[in-house]
Amino acid sequence: MPDSVKAPVPTQAPVVEMTDISISFPGVKALDGVDFRMFPGEVHSLMGENGAGKSTLIKALTGVYSVDSGLIRLGGEHVTFSEPAQAQAAGISTVYQEVNLLGNLTVAENVLLGREPRRFGGIDWRAMRRRAAEILEGLSLDVDPNSLLNSHSLAVQQLVAIARAIDIKAKVLILDEPTSSLDLEEVAELFRVIRSLKESGVAILFVSHFLDQVYEISDRLTVLRNGQLVGEYLTPELLRIDLVQAMIGKELATLDDLENKVHSGERDVAPTDGVAPFLVASGITRKGAIAPVDLVIGAGEVVGLAGLLGSGRTEVARLIGGVDRTDGGQLEVQGATIKLRTPRQAIKHRIAYSSENRRAEGIVDELSVRDNVILALQADRGWFRPIPRKRQDELAASYIEALNIKTPSADTPVRNLSGGNQQKVLLARWLAIAPRLLILDEPTRGIDVGAKAEIQKLVYSLAENGMSVLFISAELEEVLRLSNRIVVLRDRQKVADLLNDGLDVDDLLALIAEGVTEPEPVTGAAS
Amino acid sequence: MKQYVGRAFTHRLFWPVAMLVALLAINVIAVPGFLVITVNAQGHLFGSVIDIVRNGAPTLIIAVGMTLVIATRGIDLSVGSVCAIAGAVACSIILGSPNPDDPVVVGIAVLAAIGLSLLMGLWNGFLVAVLGIQPIIATLILMTAGRGIAMLITEGNILTVESAPFKFLGSGFLLGIPVATIIGAVIITVAALLTRRTALGLLIESVGINPEASRQAGVRARGLLFTVYAFCAVLAAIAGLILTSNQTAADANNTGLFIELDAILAVVLGGTSLNGGRYSLAGTLVGALVIQTLVTTVYTVGIPPIATMVFKAAVVTAVCLLQSETTTAAFARWRRRSVARKPVTEAVVSQ
Repeated sequence: MPDSVKAPVPTQAPVVEMTDISISFPGVKALDGVDFRMFPGEVHSLMGENGAGKSTLIKALTGVYSVDSGLIRLGGEHVTFSEPAQAQAAGISTVYQEVNLLGNLTVAENVLLGREPRRFGGIDWRAMRRRAAEILEGLSLDVDPNSLLNSHSLAVQQLVAIARAIDIKAKVLILDEPTSSLDLEEVAELFRVIRSLKESGVAILFVSHFLDQVYEISDRLTVLRNGQLVGEYLTPELLRIDLVQAMIGKELATLDDLENKVHSGERDVAPTDGVAPFLVASGITRKGAIAPVDLVIGAGEVVGLAGLLGSGRTEVARLIGGVDRTDGGQLEVQGATIKLRTPRQAIKHRIAYSSENRRAEGIVDELSVRDNVILALQADRGWFRPIPRKRQDELAASYIEALNIKTPSADTPVRNLSGGNQQKVLLARWLAIAPRLLILDEPTRGIDVGAKAEIQKLVYSLAENGMSVLFISAELEEVLRLSNRIVVLRDRQKVADLLNDGLDVDDLLALIAEGVTEPEPVTGAAS
Repeated sequence: MKQYVGRAFTHRLFWPVAMLVALLAINVIAVPGFLVITVNAQGHLFGSVIDIVRNGAPTLIIAVGMTLVIATRGIDLSVGSVCAIAGAVACSIILGSPNPDDPVVVGIAVLAAIGLSLLMGLWNGFLVAVLGIQPIIATLILMTAGRGIAMLITEGNILTVESAPFKFLGSGFLLGIPVATIIGAVIITVAALLTRRTALGLLIESVGINPEASRQAGVRARGLLFTVYAFCAVLAAIAGLILTSNQTAADANNTGLFIELDAILAVVLGGTSLNGGRYSLAGTLVGALVIQTLVTTVYTVGIPPIATMVFKAAVVTAVCLLQSETTTAAFARWRRRSVARKPVTEAVVSQ
């Protein structure tokens, strides 16, 4: 393993220098004597697993948390921030993972919120629109400043958030998982913006779980693990394998094992041969969301849905999960035609949909881990038949152990957990109802390598035990690794339905980009 | 020892209970015999404290329903009007009968009042759960219209009833304890058992915290909303009957006037957030007692009636400030500082 501090010090003085930072929360030492620095004009990636302390470090720098001990220097001067506004005034600007903007206001109002140009004591709306248009243009963003923010996709909202951050004239720009909801083109667009900011001397703190992106954009890396500093490295000098090892801290062999096991494809499920499929969807459609789609999911089969953001992959999943209603088409479960008007009805048919939007549609953040795990099961039983407390505790304890959920106790409110652990709680909730078909929409988005591998492993073993899985991910490698069959969507239409037999990422990319169906047999042709 | 003090400070009921104790202390200083409870000639318990638990019963009963409504992220402004309607229905039935002292007549009157209120509650539930109208607007409709409905029922008169069984509700005693107090105690106990011994409480909280996540988890939010608004209206009717019985008259304009505000205050004082989610019926009980004790304190201390509202507002402001997140966070920081004084130095280098 490389030495802890290998990077040569650039000629300039660091713009941010955090020394010996410690922060504790009741029962947890979130940061333990961590050093961190950033130089002007560099992109610096902060790496670590869930709960490593990345978010805490960022929040210490942005004034959300006050530090228990340690020093923060900004441009050489000692600073103490007791609230985010102070950090912002000092030139530290942040774009958080979840878009923190006001959807009911216009794009222009969001970009300039709190810094509206004024005239005669009121807001100068014209100047505001002009200024916003300039900023958006500077980012080559083709967005009408007068349109409501809500009317745009999550990706555009993310870019608006960045536009807002840039306008603050930041010396330090913090991007926390900025790419987790962007597609490839948008990522390229964002990187172009990042590079031009970097040239103008801004120090950019970049947090992402996509290693490719980290290696593409960052000059320097700082790795945290369990609240402690592992080391600071120059990106080109650190091999990926060493980085992952530094983050996980355990021998990588286990991860490799898993990969090999999952990848070797020793599963010889041939669900469409003879065995009745679990679910057959014929021409299911919803206006403005997805054109009629046919889909067959066999028992114990993992079907991957691939496509860009907005290709209709989530829309298909929501129809099958009963979250949205179909406008047409037919669903059959084990040969019987069913109608789904609510998720509740889907659950009755043992179909579980785990939303891609973990915060807004998944976890119930103030409730405990235990309550979150039992919620769907309890709702299914009805309010009058409470799950006995002892059984609740057993369920929670067994899933905390089985899924390796890191939580102080089952009573901890789930909002205190890190993203990956929240995702596991959500998985536990769905597994508790013993689904026949589990629909996982981006289950690994925004979570670290270790948790990702664990979830992949879980999907694999669930399918081995006969559960059908509809797996959606923006990461094609992941889809390829896990799926028996892959359905490709493009522009809200199904363009391919292929057995995962010798496919690689390039094949999928070609399909996603061109939509050319290869002469492979199309298996989902039930009518 | 310090640990226990710290824990007590951060308990969600610390400040409401402290305020209640402080108010009682003020009363004891003003009237030394304030806490004394005596038994009078009829064998009834008698004393200021008994007055508080009797007169506070209607507010408490409504606050119990309000707690559950607020837990779903809603609010019910119509409870005062429902009080008036319930009183008007009951009194007009009793007055219309040839024998107002017949317990059967009174029973029918009470059931009719509760039945009508149940419909009112379902109406609120319909507006909120089916039409998706914001609760504050949806219940404002009935808040305004309800007084009018009560007025139509009483034909604009104040209906004075002389009925012994009806009077028993508001001012009677059972085993020496005021009937109103017993009703209040039974209702809060039943509500607590009903929501905490079943999964109702969990599902209500879940819907209040994250409606969409709850829907996707298969929670029947619509049914739950109907249930809590109907339950709240029924409790409002019971409170209205107690108030009407106590006054021996149904007054469409004044029965239960502003009681929705007292009930909401009781809920908030008890630490349940208006943002919905986690709720505490125990907190609501303390909150309702604080409000009623405040009213009593105004009299015992001799605050001039014109200053009453200001005094009440001051106390409520104090409790809300003390309970606020900022204050709680400040206390938590103070505790952490005092606990974590010892420096922790560990080598933090690679591997």
